[in-house]
Amino acid sequence: MTAPRHALGLAIAAGFLAYPWLLTSPFYERMGALVLLAAISASAWNLLGGYAGQASVGHAVFFGAGAYLPLLLFTKLGWPPVAGVPVGIAVSAVIALVVGFPTFRLSGHYFTMATVAVAELVRLVVSNWDLLGAAVGLSGPAVPRGWWDLSFRSSVPYYYLFLGALALVLLTTWQMQRSRMGFYLRAIKAGDRAARSLGVPVRRYKLYALILSAAFTSVAGSLYALMVGFVDPDSGLGILISVEMLIIAALGGAGTLFGPLLGAVILIPLQNATNSWLGGTGSGASYMIYGAIIMLIARYQPGGLMNAWTTLQERRRRRAAPMEVRRAA
Amino acid sequence: MIILQVIVGGLLLGAVYALFSSGLTLIWGMMNVVNFAHGDFVMIGMYVAFWIFTLAHGGPLVFGPAAAAVLFGLGVWAYVGLVRHVMSGTLLSQMLATFGLALVLRYSALWGFTSNFRTLPDDLVGGALNLGGILIGMPLLIAGLVAIGLTVALHLLLTRTMIGSQLLAVSEDRAAAMLMGIRPDRMQALAWGLAGIGAGIAGALFATFYPIAPTVGESLALIAFVVVSLGGFGSVPGALISGLVIGVVEALSAYLWGPVWKDVVVYGLFVAVLWIRPQGLFGK
Repeated sequence: MTAPRHALGLAIAAGFLAYPWLLTSPFYERMGALVLLAAISASAWNLLGGYAGQASVGHAVFFGAGAYLPLLLFTKLGWPPVAGVPVGIAVSAVIALVVGFPTFRLSGHYFTMATVAVAELVRLVVSNWDLLGAAVGLSGPAVPRGWWDLSFRSSVPYYYLFLGALALVLLTTWQMQRSRMGFYLRAIKAGDRAARSLGVPVRRYKLYALILSAAFTSVAGSLYALMVGFVDPDSGLGILISVEMLIIAALGGAGTLFGPLLGAVILIPLQNATNSWLGGTGSGASYMIYGAIIMLIARYQPGGLMNAWTTLQERRRRRAAPMEVRRAA
Repeated sequence: MIILQVIVGGLLLGAVYALFSSGLTLIWGMMNVVNFAHGDFVMIGMYVAFWIFTLAHGGPLVFGPAAAAVLFGLGVWAYVGLVRHVMSGTLLSQMLATFGLALVLRYSALWGFTSNFRTLPDDLVGGALNLGGILIGMPLLIAGLVAIGLTVALHLLLTRTMIGSQLLAVSEDRAAAMLMGIRPDRMQALAWGLAGIGAGIAGALFATFYPIAPTVGESLALIAFVVVSLGGFGSVPGALISGLVIGVVEALSAYLWGPVWKDVVVYGLFVAVLWIRPQGLFGK
């Protein structure tokens, strides 16, 4: 059983590594990079929303912190944008502490609503804050001053940069999943009170998950800013940024290691296609389809596609089991 | 004098907030489900009013009840077709279901009706009332009074009638209510229908003095969240008081610092309450 699974895993990894050589047009290169970027942020969201069951609709705050700070430090102090990445992570962690500490006292719904309110609050304040470019936004280096500005014309270098970051997120998630923290978070997801009665330090571990999740979301925001070289309140802090992370993770399977990646591989090309069929990004047709997808997922397959796959496999194995028993006898 | 006028205007607008928020709090208190599409229900009510007026020249007495009927249907459908099936599931799947509904409603409206702002003619409910120097526009005055009346009526329905007792029985103990011969599913569908009616009428009232756009649902939903969490979950009187408070806070901050900052102040208030009194100002 494990040998074919290892082979499948290796084949998929090789596919991701070879992708820019297989489809070599700027359109597909860029789409590949965008799929990986969506997978990074959805995987980061997954650490808190999937594993700990604390569904945030405000992760755009962390994405925005990651996108704004490198460009702010470039604009004001001339730092290479990449040097702002750790600053973005630090700011995100502080925001996570400030927001998470009070809200985690309450039930999950309350947390979700609080995240929406905080994210909108931050977006409104940034939209009116001249230091952060107000409604116009901030731009990165127009012409790279050297390799350290990480400003490339082709999408391929970004593709590999994102692939490395995604590997880091998935590795961290995998480690966490097998560690004490993974078990604690799953206990918290199943029920706060039951987990607490079993001696799980609930609030502390929710906070750990939030900070870890915020840090990686911030990295996703920074990578976005590095590639696009521009951020404004809508593209960095809009509520749809948060919604997209949630939908991608839920489609593939929230609380599974590869669910968010699967969701991104399906949803980002789909978004591209619907936008070109139904006309422009402005008409919102792709969000109509997003909405329909998550409604259907919630109604018929709440565990996401990864879960559907595992259930199918188990059913097949159970059907095969009597045969083996017979052979043994 | 002008500050008094601002406060009265805020109270009247706050009454409409209270009307649609009371539906959200009813559902939340009864079955611990948050309807993320609630603001978009109000938006649909606004469009029902707009299209009935534009296509059939029906006045407020026609489009008000029509919006209530359409949203009653939508509310019941949302429960029977969607929420009922996810209620026993995880928090995430409950949230995704109503969030998905919100996106579908919002972006179908954007796709079908375009993002243009639409308005009903100013003279539809014309005139203004002069109360010793305080000028109040007639549409806002009527909207506020109707909204207060309906919110109080909802409270009386819940506390003074047989149906209200049955609704409360289901929210307190589903199994015991079932043993008493109450059908919980039917009661919960009714609660969603009632919430729909509140949202629909609020939408029709808004339409008489507010620009109509597909995306208004987002900020209305946030206002409803703030009202419900200030007022305490499940409490209709709490929603009424905090709706009025939010209306005044919003009007005053818009007057003092400019309209851009009114949402900042309201959301900031919400976050502050989270910090200090997470069960809500009037919650237990």
